[in-house]
Amino acid sequence: MKGNFIDNLPKIYGLYTGGFIVFILLMAVLEQMGMSAEAIGLLFVLFTIFIYAAIGWLSRTMQVEAYYVAGRQVPAVFNGMATAADWMSGASFVAMAGGIYFGGHGYLAFVVGWTGGYVLVASLMAPYLRKFGCYTVPDYIGTRYGGNLARLCAVIVLVVASFTYVTAQINATGTIASRALEIPFELGVWFGLLGILLCSMLGGMRAVTWTQVAQYIVLIIAYLVPVIWMSNKQGFGVIPQFAYGDAIARLGELETQWQVGTLKATETFAGLSTLVNSHAGAGEGWLSSWKFVTLAICMMAGTASLPHILMRYFTTPSVRAARQSVAWSLLFIFLLYFTAPALATFTKLQVLDPNLATGIIGKAISDVQALDWVQKWSEVNFLRVSDSNGDGILQINEFFMRADIVVLATPEIAGLPYVISGLVAAGGMAAAMSTADGLLLAIANALSHDLYYKMIDPRADTRKRLLTARVLLLAIGALGAFIASLKLTSILGAVAWAFDFACSGLFFPLVLGIWWKRANTAGAVAGMIGGFVAGTAYLYYVRFAGGDPWMGIDHLRFGIIGMPVSLVCMVVVTMMTKEPDEETQRMVDEMRIPKGATILSAEH
Amino acid sequence: MSETTSDARQAHWAKTRNLTIGILVLWFIFSLVVPWFANALNTMSFLGFPLGYYMAAQGSLVVFVVLIFYLAYKQNKIDEEFGVAEDDQ
Repeated sequence: MKGNFIDNLPKIYGLYTGGFIVFILLMAVLEQMGMSAEAIGLLFVLFTIFIYAAIGWLSRTMQVEAYYVAGRQVPAVFNGMATAADWMSGASFVAMAGGIYFGGHGYLAFVVGWTGGYVLVASLMAPYLRKFGCYTVPDYIGTRYGGNLARLCAVIVLVVASFTYVTAQINATGTIASRALEIPFELGVWFGLLGILLCSMLGGMRAVTWTQVAQYIVLIIAYLVPVIWMSNKQGFGVIPQFAYGDAIARLGELETQWQVGTLKATETFAGLSTLVNSHAGAGEGWLSSWKFVTLAICMMAGTASLPHILMRYFTTPSVRAARQSVAWSLLFIFLLYFTAPALATFTKLQVLDPNLATGIIGKAISDVQALDWVQKWSEVNFLRVSDSNGDGILQINEFFMRADIVVLATPEIAGLPYVISGLVAAGGMAAAMSTADGLLLAIANALSHDLYYKMIDPRADTRKRLLTARVLLLAIGALGAFIASLKLTSILGAVAWAFDFACSGLFFPLVLGIWWKRANTAGAVAGMIGGFVAGTAYLYYVRFAGGDPWMGIDHLRFGIIGMPVSLVCMVVVTMMTKEPDEETQRMVDEMRIPKGATILSAEH
Repeated sequence: MSETTSDARQAHWAKTRNLTIGILVLWFIFSLVVPWFANALNTMSFLGFPLGYYMAAQGSLVVFVVLIFYLAYKQNKIDEEFGVAEDDQ
């Protein structure tokens, strides 16, 4: 029966995709028949969550191997889709295009960093960790270096990095749920958590894998459809990603016309910004290049150290499949990432170009304020049209918007039907939920497998282990939702921090464990503690203690401080202490070839 | 299952290492060097885009995807050459 299920995957997900498209069409018909926008949004979000929950229920399991690594039988292509959904969070789906919209070229460092990191995953990490046969990332650190201290350090870094990340995701699900269901944000957060737990609670990694594939399909359709639609309307063709060069040129003209960058806002509204950066210009001087490159490095090394991504490659049937799976992952991620700059460009054109019906800059303030979407987003304080100079005409420095809403508001800005808005809300929900699931599972598994089973009670039986894992999942999810409901950070800030934490503490201990046979326990522990402490201290200094960023290294890039410290600590301490014993060295040799049994046996 | 000899292992690892270094050099160029010179590249035009912008928004990404597919293909060839590939498939 199991083999059957795997063989039938293309058919099952093909049917699912068809079913989802039928659902979209049905909604479109209902809209024509006069159904309200609110009802459509509600149906989209509820229907998709119901599907994920059903998959989660069908995948329930009481086996350790299935719970931790989905039975190691996920084919490369499907694991690629699951990883893409695991990877693309609320930040990628909801915030990235908005960031490019306001930040211009400098912001593309995220696009480069979050894709280039996969080259590191494929070449340095994934296949070797798959051969190792571990259940979690600390499981690998603990076995390769030996000793509970190394394992504990890895658990701590993992928990800090992943937890920072997961609150941002629960925050995003809360934002979307509160808008779709018209409930307060504080309640939306708990509703989002409920959806997330329905997917992962009963089936662990197996359930998360199959819901993530389903979520990828929803989110990619939801991202591509509005962009292609807008591009068609503006005459840039069906594959807009290759043809928006002219739109960029036109934006250049409009930026001069509206004096983007010269006209600064004279009022401030919390969390909202006006457009001041050039869309395509890269900025003069070494500092802007330096800022781009340092951000890209942190995001890339962070990608290769984030446990919720690495653990996806533990689920493939072979080392070969793990490698191929990284390639598929990046291809699926690429589909969204090379669309994000196109979306930012088209949306900006819609707003700025006075020749388009949707253009608002240069129009009468009263007309703009009467627009439906302007009113709707103003009500929730995500947008503000304010006649600062009192001339009755909207200038570029009088249109205030929150970056996070660009993607969600785009269908309305461009005057697309409500069904598209509903689709985009479902896509954003899928993106945030799938990432939150992966992260919660990474944390709960590290605590239940590494802390509880390996360190506290090695004699615990299977039932007890899996019960612990589930209780932890529930507790951590609740804690995350509670913190998210306090609204401490914006979606993107917290996400970048997670990458910096992960690369500061884990990057070098992970890489050198494979590539440097001499690396030993003391060195790894020094590397994890040194890098993590240095990075965190710098974050505190620059973000909370009011310190001046050193060479433009601000709170988004503190991994640039943490990583070198980690490397130096690890190498120096390793050289000062004894080389690892013969058994460990043999283990490293075994890791480097795909053939043969995994280093840790199944059911360890 | 016969034990792979230690010489074969060493040769396998040397080739693997060289492939990895090659991949990482290309990765370094497209993820860090090209964006560093974005401003200069923007004076050139590609498919109607300023080149520096194009590389960061699309060009480098395409290179990364191709690199990883190539790596998977090539590493598999190396594994098979030295008889250390997995037996399944």
